[in-house]
Amino acid sequence: MPPDSEPLRARWPLIALAALLGAGLAAPLATGAAAPGFYLEVLLGGLMSGVLYSLVALGLVLIYKSSGVYNFAQGAMVLLAALATARLSEVMPLPAAIGGALLMMVGLAWLVERLVLRPLVNQSPIVVFMATLGILYFIEGFGQLVLGNDIYKVDLGLPKEPAIVAQRWFDGGILISREDLVAAGIAAALVLALALFFQRTATGRALRAVADDQQAAQAIGIPLGRIWFIVWSVAGFVALVAGLVWGSKLGVQFSLAEVALKALPVVILGGLTSVPGAIVGGLIIGVGEKMAEVFLAPALTSGLGVAGGGVENWFAYVLALLFLLVRPEGLFGERNIERV
Amino acid sequence: MGSARETESGVAAPLLAVDGIDVVYHGVILVLKGVSLAVPEGGIVALLGANGAGKTTTLRAASNLLQAERGEVTRGSVAFRGERLQRLTAYDVVRRGLVQVMEGRHCFAHLTVEENLLTGAYGANVPRAQAMSELERVYSYFPQLKQRRASQSGYTSGGEQQMTAIGRALMAHPSMILLDEPSMGLAPQVVEEIFEIVRSLNTRERVSFLLAEQNARIALRYAQYGYVLENGRVVLDGSAENLAQNEDVKEFYLGLSRRGRASFRDAKFYRRRKRWLA
Amino acid sequence: MLYRENGQFKTSYRADQQLLPVVQDRWLMLGLLAFAYLGLPLLASEFVIRALIVPFLILAIAVIGLNILVGYCGQISLGAAAFMGAGAYAAYNLAVRLPGMNFLIVLLLAGLAAAAVGVAFGVPSLRIKGLYLAVATLAAQFLLDWLFSHVKWLTHDSPSGSVSTATIELFGVPLQSPLRKYFLVLTVVCTLALIAKNLVRSHAGRAWMAIRDMDLAAEVIGIRPLHAKLSAFAVSSFYAGVAGALWGFVHLGSWEPAAFDIDLSFNLLFMVIIGGMGSILGSFFGAAFIVLLPLFLNQAPRWLGVSLSTAAQSNLESMIFGSLIVFFLIAEPRGLASLWAKGRQKLRIWPFPH
Repeated sequence: MPPDSEPLRARWPLIALAALLGAGLAAPLATGAAAPGFYLEVLLGGLMSGVLYSLVALGLVLIYKSSGVYNFAQGAMVLLAALATARLSEVMPLPAAIGGALLMMVGLAWLVERLVLRPLVNQSPIVVFMATLGILYFIEGFGQLVLGNDIYKVDLGLPKEPAIVAQRWFDGGILISREDLVAAGIAAALVLALALFFQRTATGRALRAVADDQQAAQAIGIPLGRIWFIVWSVAGFVALVAGLVWGSKLGVQFSLAEVALKALPVVILGGLTSVPGAIVGGLIIGVGEKMAEVFLAPALTSGLGVAGGGVENWFAYVLALLFLLVRPEGLFGERNIERV
Repeated sequence: MGSARETESGVAAPLLAVDGIDVVYHGVILVLKGVSLAVPEGGIVALLGANGAGKTTTLRAASNLLQAERGEVTRGSVAFRGERLQRLTAYDVVRRGLVQVMEGRHCFAHLTVEENLLTGAYGANVPRAQAMSELERVYSYFPQLKQRRASQSGYTSGGEQQMTAIGRALMAHPSMILLDEPSMGLAPQVVEEIFEIVRSLNTRERVSFLLAEQNARIALRYAQYGYVLENGRVVLDGSAENLAQNEDVKEFYLGLSRRGRASFRDAKFYRRRKRWLA
Repeated sequence: MLYRENGQFKTSYRADQQLLPVVQDRWLMLGLLAFAYLGLPLLASEFVIRALIVPFLILAIAVIGLNILVGYCGQISLGAAAFMGAGAYAAYNLAVRLPGMNFLIVLLLAGLAAAAVGVAFGVPSLRIKGLYLAVATLAAQFLLDWLFSHVKWLTHDSPSGSVSTATIELFGVPLQSPLRKYFLVLTVVCTLALIAKNLVRSHAGRAWMAIRDMDLAAEVIGIRPLHAKLSAFAVSSFYAGVAGALWGFVHLGSWEPAAFDIDLSFNLLFMVIIGGMGSILGSFFGAAFIVLLPLFLNQAPRWLGVSLSTAAQSNLESMIFGSLIVFFLIAEPRGLASLWAKGRQKLRIWPFPH
């Protein structure tokens, strides 16, 4: 039945999972394993890294929402954009470097549309998914060949010193990075813009139509090629923003594309077709991962006798999996409507 | 190549002229062999045939949608208002006034009914003000859609989806609509309703129709001219009245034999009967 | 003209249901087997057998398994390498803790262990589909990766995290030379391929394909999704487990957890897609393609007389590999098996065009 009319008691699995996670979240504080101040810092740190994931995930949602394709190369695109900016800024002022990187991403969008998406119109989703995997390998090779292998920093001029707040309530206060706050603001603005675009504009509507049924969209005259070029360009722009924020905070190196793989559980958790879901998913994954890394790992070592390090490699996926079991289309995703 | 044809509309040039096309899928499967048909301005033409005869392929060839299924027209041509459609893209064809309603409706399941209709205007580049007036026009033909305008299309009934699909095609203000199996999966009463609307669109708005239908009975009631496709070839054509009287059509597509309703006792007779394809 | 099927009439249902109903096909298969058992050992060098043929055969087993899951049953799996690893570690533990067990039994038990793991991670498929299911399998991949490197018991408390295996002994005969290992692998491959080919023609295979095509309709006519999906995961993981055990014992000899990482999973999936989904023959094609390609890319600069730094070389290889994948998907999305079928179709009606 349509999702809005489901009674509350039918949603008990979701409520149970939320309760379980809430308990897990509160456990370190309740058992006294961590000082409240430290706990809050970990929490905030998790939220901030979650924002980074969300920015990468936004591009993914954009492409999926408008073509039904999961772009496995999105993480690589983020790093390509960031690296391009970093290397270009060595020889020209920053705004020009950003412009140059943007041009490169638009060029990439054009190439991808022409050489990959257009010939693969109406193929099954798994084929196009594999094609994006091919694009991933290509971008990794190309980026490292042309732009180099080392770590680069992108200097956006964001404030670097953290702010110390709430000194009255906690010992020594809590450190909040101002940089992270700016990043969160940027992410929020992007989300708002994209959500409005999809729901209110005619092109946004056409994009959603293409995602639902490519063949029908073609039959009624929607120009698929042009649409995809627009979408991938915007996704490239989002990737550039994500790359700049990431590069400013952590520095960029191509091997980090693996880390961007984490964007998949983020969008899965939030729902592949939901722009706000990307943010919520990112925050949940970010917090969960940080908490697991700091609190769960020692518990595993002492409790089960296994070396706890590296929990963050799989925690995001397992968390997403648990959410999927109670809500198969993600927290905010669209229900799959099937007619038999 | 085709059989002797009685031209219905006299000397006026046809709106849509399919001329001896061959369609091949995947480079190895020949699906249409030398198919020719014509739809006059303001006419309703029926394309009859059983499952797998090639009706959908013919319509797809006209709309330039074959490439998506790895098909191509290897011989012959399709012309709309005298202009050849070969080199055009699918959306160029729509802009010229030829829209297809695909088999199985293919509504955009997650969009609301109204959003579905509006995408039809987007595809044909209809400016916003005109789109709103087109929307009202569509609602006047399909009052049921107006009631359901805010529901997600995937949750509407089959009949409503068919109306949405036809309405979506209407939003492009076409001169001709290719309707693929409008009766598929619908209750008989709803089918009647749909065909009545097709007829009124034809008389009041001068929209021409090419109907691909398995339900020969109802198609021949509403069409003026018909072609019968079998195994990728046009085997018979004529005015709707002549086709409805034709002995072979009656036996193979209307379930009637010389003795009234056919029964299995006549099966032996059926097999010995020479098929016109031999 | 060459592939004439005229005159080959069948007089019983049994004859009509043979795997190779056309006589030319049967001769072809016999010839292939003869070449594999007799011709190849005489013609190919030890290096070719050890570095090309054996990995190709072992991976073909894993690809058949993955093809059953992805191609026949329609469930996306991005964690195939993890199940291979499960089989490898199971085999290692069996060999180390119960020495003297017949290697074939070890393979069988390793496959069963991997099948159990596969079923456990296949349970989510009952609720989720498509890309969302891919995440569940990725969770399996990363979780198992972590288990292999962090749970000391699995690696027999090896300090470095890597394990090494002793020489395989089969019925008292030590399999030391590449040739003997080749025969073992070849026999296992032939047996498992035959079993797979029969499985997909049986009721189980039809149930899988029904689920793949229209799972709601399949459920309505009485095919139980639970049985079908979990059996697909079980069989697929069994094959992956046997392949993993062979990979570790025969091909690698010693390995660390990174030997079964996500790159291998992607490669296996590429093999399935490029070879042809839903085709046992395609699994072999895909495995051959992906095994040969990196070698070819590696040697190409030398043949062209161009010298590159290793970093530049590996980057170019990535680029070419990626482009080839895309090119292949565009040119023939149904894989090499479909190209083969088209070729056969043309051959049957040759010299007529269609």
